[in-house]
Amino acid sequence: MEPLSWTGSIAILNPILMIALAALVVSIVVWIIGSIVLPEAPLSLNADGTLSSGTGLRGLTQSALRYSFFACVVLALAYIVLGILMGTSAGIVGAISQQFLPVWLSLIILFAMSIAFKRRLGLYGKLFDSPIGMIGFGLVMFWVFTGIFGALDLIITHDPLSQVSGMKNKVPGTPLQNPEDGEYAWYLLGGDNLARDVFSRMVKGAWIVVQIAPLATMFAFMVGITLGLPAGYYGGRLDTFLSFLANLILAFPVILLFYLLVTPEIVATGVPNYMAAVLFIFPILFIGVLLNSRYYTRPNFRTPLLIGVLGIALWLYLSLISTDGYIINTDDYGIWGLPTYLDLFDIPGGILVVFVSVVFVNSPTVFRIVRGLALDIKTRDYVAAAQTRGEGPWYIMLWEILPNARGPLIVDFCLRIGYTTILLGTLGFFGLGLPPESPDWGSTINEGRKLLSIYLHPALPPAFALLSLVLGLNLLADGLREESLKD
Amino acid sequence: MGLFILRRFGVMLLTALCLTFVVFFLTNLYPNLEKLAKTQGNQRMSDEQVETWLDNRGYLQPTLVKYGQWLGVLPGYTKTLDDGTFLGTCTRPGSTEETTSRYCGVLQGDWGYSSVFKDEVGTIVGKRLGNTGYLMFWVLVLMVPSALLVGVLAGMREGSALDRSLSTFSIITTATPEYVSGVIFIAIFTSSTVGLKWFKGTATQAMDNPTFENFFLPVLTIALYGMGYIARMTRASMTEVMTAQYIRTARLKGVSFGNIVMKHALRNALIAPFTVIMLQFPWLLNGVVIVETLFNYKGFGWALVQAAGNNDIQLLLAISVVSVFVVLVTQLISDIGYVYLNPRIRIS
Repeated sequence: MEPLSWTGSIAILNPILMIALAALVVSIVVWIIGSIVLPEAPLSLNADGTLSSGTGLRGLTQSALRYSFFACVVLALAYIVLGILMGTSAGIVGAISQQFLPVWLSLIILFAMSIAFKRRLGLYGKLFDSPIGMIGFGLVMFWVFTGIFGALDLIITHDPLSQVSGMKNKVPGTPLQNPEDGEYAWYLLGGDNLARDVFSRMVKGAWIVVQIAPLATMFAFMVGITLGLPAGYYGGRLDTFLSFLANLILAFPVILLFYLLVTPEIVATGVPNYMAAVLFIFPILFIGVLLNSRYYTRPNFRTPLLIGVLGIALWLYLSLISTDGYIINTDDYGIWGLPTYLDLFDIPGGILVVFVSVVFVNSPTVFRIVRGLALDIKTRDYVAAAQTRGEGPWYIMLWEILPNARGPLIVDFCLRIGYTTILLGTLGFFGLGLPPESPDWGSTINEGRKLLSIYLHPALPPAFALLSLVLGLNLLADGLREESLKD
Repeated sequence: MGLFILRRFGVMLLTALCLTFVVFFLTNLYPNLEKLAKTQGNQRMSDEQVETWLDNRGYLQPTLVKYGQWLGVLPGYTKTLDDGTFLGTCTRPGSTEETTSRYCGVLQGDWGYSSVFKDEVGTIVGKRLGNTGYLMFWVLVLMVPSALLVGVLAGMREGSALDRSLSTFSIITTATPEYVSGVIFIAIFTSSTVGLKWFKGTATQAMDNPTFENFFLPVLTIALYGMGYIARMTRASMTEVMTAQYIRTARLKGVSFGNIVMKHALRNALIAPFTVIMLQFPWLLNGVVIVETLFNYKGFGWALVQAAGNNDIQLLLAISVVSVFVVLVTQLISDIGYVYLNPRIRIS
């Protein structure tokens, strides 16, 4: 087998792409300078009383920017489409875009459906009015689909943990020495210092992030909302106490906290299990209070609903925190949990402690945001109206204040998933929590950095993957903020 | 104002007490102590030997008693073994019963003895803080003016070409954590593959002999991540000021745009970023740990990683006291400074 070059037989496109990129850079610079130096476009008054503006030199710079940007996008699409059609004969780029085929298809379907029905989809639909939001959403969904299809073993070319002899630190596009039948014959992005495939590890790493980050953020929001609403609404001693606790956690340097919490020794003492048992009860409280405050006037409907929902939630809670029949199982003592035959899923101790500490670090910030919003919103007229109607305090908090605070909370949710991704990377970077051979991006960056001055390829793909996911989340949050401010 | 500062100091003290107790509790859990005994004594100690080792050195007393000893409100633990070796919480290698003081805690100014570095914790923390302080100084010198400049330029004409490109820039920097940007910088500027080799990939020499070549990359890496956030806050504050009534009045009077920005808007727009910069310190502390590990610069963050990795209890406690102190003092300064800068709050 021949080693693959980067673009293979579509290398004719490279000079065109270079020209387009150079044109883009030049036109951006001209556009910025033009916006300062050039005069504004002349306005002329029409006979019917309307104003029309000429294009002027500024309009020229703007259209130059637009065309060069479109040229770049079209060329990038050409690489992908040709890559899908030609596969490995289009080099590494082609082979990678062919491997990502399920992701491209799902993205196309998702975007086509969303744009077609965007007027009926509320805030989500409005996202497709803002180019920034669309780019951000595209980046995020790219990694979400990559994570899902990667977990289904559709994208990866090799097993992320298996080592292939002779592939140690090999550059991207190196062919395997003796590929077996049906085995992919190249390491698309090279091999790392243990001769594992960098490309497959990057794809598998996406699944770890896609699994943990949104879920941990959601739990942090549940905790923050359940504590922040009463703190803001009631005020007084409760507020002082909870704010003191939140500030206490916030004053801790995050990395010190991680180093104290996420070690094998601490896992052995069962501290993370206690924390999990406490933190994971908040969603149940939240759901219980949410439903009860709404339906307590209709006991015939409320009681079965609560029994059903809370029963399932409790079952999930117990199977989440108990492993092998124990909630806490140390050498000295154990606390009985759900028996094994009822246990739906087991979370390995390493993942659980990572999850718990990320929730723990994030929830005080959410608490502060929710508390601030509740303080602001409780002075509004509709809250006074609800109070006059005789609604209970929890109804007001959860059904009057919370829905009206959703805009900032949704935006912060997106930003916080990005921040959680960064935190997960930090944990991996310091080798905390996750097992050392785990393909998550932080660990891979940490491993790759040791040989960085000689071999670039093991560290850079996960670094750019993490960068693009967090960037996508930030752009998505920006787009959402812009669109939610419009109405 | 005096009462306010006094109350804040009270809260600060309480927070520091609570936090050090949490650190104390977590580092004194038995598996951690076992690890400490094995690294300090012998890797192949049996369970009974570990227990005797810990018991002889007073590690098996109740946590509250040990915490009191660390604080210096309770007398230190002492024990003379059968063979005449004198052990205790206040001892140093080679000290005898006569040379050891009865109390040795933070209140007496004694921070303890580091089991990893085999030195006084006070001197280690002082030396490492000096290194980090130097790093932080240059980070602030680079970060604050450029962030304010980017924010003000972006915010003075909302929606303009300059605004959009600078905002994109600051979003990208906030999305790039230090361990990503550091790796990318090292790859581009120091590796032999790309071949630019403008800078050095490690900052080990920068502790004795900092030059632009070995010190700029760590500074840039920390500064970039913090910069985007400050710039966005400055931009938000600047756009708000630029839509205020007195700016419109100034424009209608015919004041030039440059004068409006420099004389009328800038001072009011810089109040909010001041608070943001002060509250950014805890995050800078995080960045310092990552960057010092990445560039092998032996400062405060590096000491934190070493202490935590080896369960060096007294060094960890001192480090958490210092970092909590930094966080709380910057919060206090931001509160006081906000009142001082904003006359509307000061007078009412």
